[in-house]
Amino acid sequence: MTTVSAEGKVDLVALGEAAPAAPRERATLRRLGRLRWGLGATAVLLLIVGSAVFAPWIAPHDPLAVNIRHRLGPPAWMDGGVSSHLLGTDQVGRDLLSRMIFGGRVSLVVGVSAVLMSATIGVLLGLAAGYFGGSTDWSIMTLVNVMLTFPFVLLALAVIAVLGPNLVNMIIVLGVAGWPIYARVVRAEAMAIREREFVLAGRALGMSHLRIVFRQILPNLTSAIVVIATLQVAQVIILESFLSFLGLGIQPPTPAWGNMLGEGRLYMLNSWWIATFPGLAIFVTTLMINLMGNALRDWLDPHMKL
Amino acid sequence: MRHYIARQLLQLLVVILGISILAFAILHVLGDPVLLLLPQNAGKDEFERYRHLLGLDRPLYVQYWKFLSGAVVGDFGKSWYADTPAFRLVVERMPPTIYLTFAGLFVALLISLPLGILAALKRHSWIDSLCTAVAVAGQAVPLFWLGIMLIIVFAVRLRLLPASGYDTWQNFLMPSFCLGAALAPITMRLVRSGVIEVMNMEFIKTARAKGVAEPTVVIKHAFRNACIPVITVLGLQFGQLLGGAIITETVFAWPGVATLTVESIRNQDFPVVQCAVILLALVIVAVNLVVDLTVAFIDPRIRTGA
Repeated sequence: MTTVSAEGKVDLVALGEAAPAAPRERATLRRLGRLRWGLGATAVLLLIVGSAVFAPWIAPHDPLAVNIRHRLGPPAWMDGGVSSHLLGTDQVGRDLLSRMIFGGRVSLVVGVSAVLMSATIGVLLGLAAGYFGGSTDWSIMTLVNVMLTFPFVLLALAVIAVLGPNLVNMIIVLGVAGWPIYARVVRAEAMAIREREFVLAGRALGMSHLRIVFRQILPNLTSAIVVIATLQVAQVIILESFLSFLGLGIQPPTPAWGNMLGEGRLYMLNSWWIATFPGLAIFVTTLMINLMGNALRDWLDPHMKL
Repeated sequence: MRHYIARQLLQLLVVILGISILAFAILHVLGDPVLLLLPQNAGKDEFERYRHLLGLDRPLYVQYWKFLSGAVVGDFGKSWYADTPAFRLVVERMPPTIYLTFAGLFVALLISLPLGILAALKRHSWIDSLCTAVAVAGQAVPLFWLGIMLIIVFAVRLRLLPASGYDTWQNFLMPSFCLGAALAPITMRLVRSGVIEVMNMEFIKTARAKGVAEPTVVIKHAFRNACIPVITVLGLQFGQLLGGAIITETVFAWPGVATLTVESIRNQDFPVVQCAVILLALVIVAVNLVVDLTVAFIDPRIRTGA
């Protein structure tokens, strides 16, 4: 009688035996491992957030200070690089590192504000759809389908083009466009919880709809909402930088990772660093947020399927 | 089955109506076309005359009806910029976008199918961990940055591939890899979880017990059944894929609908923007319908709602 070696190869003899304890322990270890990754990611993320918040004190140069004589300077470790401009300079001689530190402010502010906005809209509509059902549910879910069908990027582009590109408009557009995902998850969960005993009991006791929805159903959904919101911040940051990359977001000379990347693209023939580093910043930030979100999901509710 | 198709078609109609309202509202509710058309120093009566000329002084529902009845027969008005019908401009640019989308889908499947199956069969091995790690990192890479990095490496440094253009097969390599790499992580995860789920089912055990060879079990029994969730989600991801194609087009100056849309947004050419948005949404809706019906045809559980 052989034991089960790998999960892919279950032999029939082993099926009748008591399940060995090892796989479960290994699963726990794997979860702990992922949590450790999450903690590491959170630490890096705190560094990024901290450098954005304290940018005026950390940045070695003024991000807007032009110095034509040092334009297109390569990073410090390359030939012709100087140690005062660690990551080199851009097309008008501004310090790339300082601009990247300041650029994080835009991405983080837009990411967090837009997510707060879409989470609020999505959770309220999702609760309404899931709790009341019927025609309320039908109308909200149709709206969700319309929004999900519409290419998000295109929608954002068109609206920004009409409203004009600036920080507030961008937050509003990304905030309004992002709610369907929350509505879908919250609706499904609310529909399941609506039938549970404690809700039925609450209704029998004469609780108002508002009280049931906000005091009984919503608290059960917090972990799901927190996990989606965390992961969505990363998505919003990528979209924001794409809009800025196209010149439809944050306008130069204000530094944002997206518009730095867009400007650097014009100089990529000779000066690869201008486009490379801001993109790297976006990549690292979204990666850390995703790792943190995954760990958060494991920690809050390992059975959650998102 | 007939009932199922009817229900899907009804929902489709509602979604299309919703999209048309959204596209109409972007221009007519958020912005004022006359403000965009006339120079800023135009007199007040000039504005009024133009408003009357374009029918903008009539109630919104009348304007919407005119817009909709035109749109149904492919009349989206003339481009404000090129003096040709918007519909013709958009349709002419459709093929490159469709080719790019399919090429991207092909690359995504080329990467994700073998890796997903391998990861599922060697679950929890180092191959699986590596695939997961690459997928997590891949999901954080901004598509437009990846495109620029590819151009810097393969077009500028190594001079192997053209940076932009559409004429030869070499032009397809970078854009379709870029798009495929963006879609591959999520597809790989789906293939992996689909195969894992199927491998634990009774009929796989039965097949093994009958003495069917392992490769036959994997390919004929497991993979076929794992295809259903993959097809469904790929259908749902089609909007994302098209959104990715939009981003890819702008990076590689691909002569498709997205480049046209971005140009039109820059030129404030709104008939073209509206037409492009609606036609792209129609394509997505149509693909989703085909996917729904295909899956329902393959899997009787779905069409009966069991």
